[in-house]
Amino acid sequence: MGLRINAEVDSAIRAHGAETYPDECCGALIGRDGIVTDTLALPNTTEDGPRRRFKVRPQDYRAAEGRAGQLGAELLGFYHSHPDHPAKPSQTDLDYAWPFFSYVIVSVLEGVSGDMTSWRLREDRSAFDQENLES
Amino acid sequence: MPNTIHIPTPLRPFTEKKESVEVTGATVGELLADLTKKYEGLRRHLYADDGRLRNFVNIYLNDEDIRYLEKEKTPVKPGDSLSIVPSVAGGAPTTTADPRVPAAGSNDLNAEEIKRYSRHLIMPEVGVDGQKKLKAGSVLCIGTGGLGSPAAMYLAAAGVGRIGIVDFDVVDFSNLQRQLLHGTSSVGRSKLDSAKDRLRDLNPHIEIDTYETTVSSDNALDLFKPYDVILDGTDNFPTRYLVNDACVLAGKPNAYGSIFRFEGQASVFATKDGPCYRCLYPEPPPPGLVPSCAEGGVLGVLPGIIGVIQATEAIKLILGIGDPLIGRFLIYDALKMRFRELKLRKDPDCPVCGSHPTVTKLIDYEQFCGIRPEPAAAQATGASVSEWETTSVDLKKRIDAGDDVFILDVREPNEYQICRIPGSVLIPLGELPRRYAELPKDKDIVAHCKMGGRSAKAQEFLQSVGFKRVKNLRGGILDWIDKVDPSQPKY
Repeated sequence: MGLRINAEVDSAIRAHGAETYPDECCGALIGRDGIVTDTLALPNTTEDGPRRRFKVRPQDYRAAEGRAGQLGAELLGFYHSHPDHPAKPSQTDLDYAWPFFSYVIVSVLEGVSGDMTSWRLREDRSAFDQENLES
Repeated sequence: MPNTIHIPTPLRPFTEKKESVEVTGATVGELLADLTKKYEGLRRHLYADDGRLRNFVNIYLNDEDIRYLEKEKTPVKPGDSLSIVPSVAGGAPTTTADPRVPAAGSNDLNAEEIKRYSRHLIMPEVGVDGQKKLKAGSVLCIGTGGLGSPAAMYLAAAGVGRIGIVDFDVVDFSNLQRQLLHGTSSVGRSKLDSAKDRLRDLNPHIEIDTYETTVSSDNALDLFKPYDVILDGTDNFPTRYLVNDACVLAGKPNAYGSIFRFEGQASVFATKDGPCYRCLYPEPPPPGLVPSCAEGGVLGVLPGIIGVIQATEAIKLILGIGDPLIGRFLIYDALKMRFRELKLRKDPDCPVCGSHPTVTKLIDYEQFCGIRPEPAAAQATGASVSEWETTSVDLKKRIDAGDDVFILDVREPNEYQICRIPGSVLIPLGELPRRYAELPKDKDIVAHCKMGGRSAKAQEFLQSVGFKRVKNLRGGILDWIDKVDPSQPKY
């Protein structure tokens, strides 16, 4: 398994992460068969401080799913940024994770995007496994 | 007639890729049960181990979040449709810096804290949000004795982010029977140091402020200011009235507790609309009428119960859950193992919290409670012994000189068993009114108890019934042991 993103998607995610730095950004990944063709930037609605957290509201989730339907595609997962932290999932990421989605994390160090990784929840919810991210 | 459930993308692999599934049931809970019966793989992602819906799983009935309806008990009609809508959330790992120094303004829980507080986090009444409230919350414990010990320990373990402790005492062997903050190895240490070590060991993620002082009218308002709740663990009336009045003036709730022998009391005073301690007891009892624990004793486990009730109330106040003991006065009897509850009303004429308060700043509470300056203080300043008092050293001199002094011990028989002044006669204070005829009117009588409080009462009483030659032994038998006979055990 792996996730493929094109150059446009790659730069959209990086630009979003740099734009919201030092807060976290978040957005939806839309495409088909493991290939991301579109992103949808979403508002970070966390109440716990956007420096370290992100949250996508249910209505925004529905909007993302609706958008995927309009494009004749599927919701493949979500991306978010880790400002000044490595592109590795946190315990919070794990606690809130959904199965089968790809979770793309981009590290943004001092405003500049760095590593980008993609992760999937294990079937038993015990951990994330990193998946191949091709761009 | 079946209803449909809309399945979100990440759960479709469990439903043979179907976007919606038909299920039957009368309530939302029943529809979901039918769904997870059909597709077992969904269960783990929808429900936590305790059978509750995971908090990032949102269920909408048509367009309404069921949290705002009747939750899983919400009834469904034919044609209603249900949607499972994910909340997507996450974030960067919390700082790996020393957890003792939380990042300014951040009440996020790190992975270690999540583990530590997991039994709180899985309860919807606390949860992550509640735990963060506790972390942002603060309690000032007045005293680290019988009540303060269990209260501070449970508050620390529960994750109350800032705990202040006020004490000036040193750990004594006689504390260990009930003050579990302090251990045998701490005897002789300051209670604050001992308490801080224990609390730090219980929970390194919290801040502990120590104040080596007595609470006074001069410092109370400043001390209380940074805290959300004040926990009164004091054992004397002047401080109790002081803490009450300062709580009212500072607008801080008072998680109150007190103990004596086998009986304990607890309440929450000085909330915005609730009564205060003075609504219940406008005036203190006459000095000496109500003995302290040092004089009357206390069952060691009793403060454990009452202190934990105080901690429970403090935690509920911070979380904003449940029914606090506001306007309720709880009385616990350990011998009968029974709790009783009295209703308390806010007194509109209360001198502190009433509609026309007469106490608008802190006063002299020693004087208010009718307490004379402490003998020890008088001794230190070289003040002379009053005509109704004598000292251990003088008493010893008179005994050695062969004077015929009648030594009256007004303690209880079990205290008499521990230590006694040779030649003394025991008549407990409570028996004195019907037994005073046993005393000689033609001799000097020296009355004593443990520390001098009860024997002062005895001396006053005996004078009132015509005994002219009665003196009180200042500092009681403890002073006698210190100055005259160190071979006897102190208690």
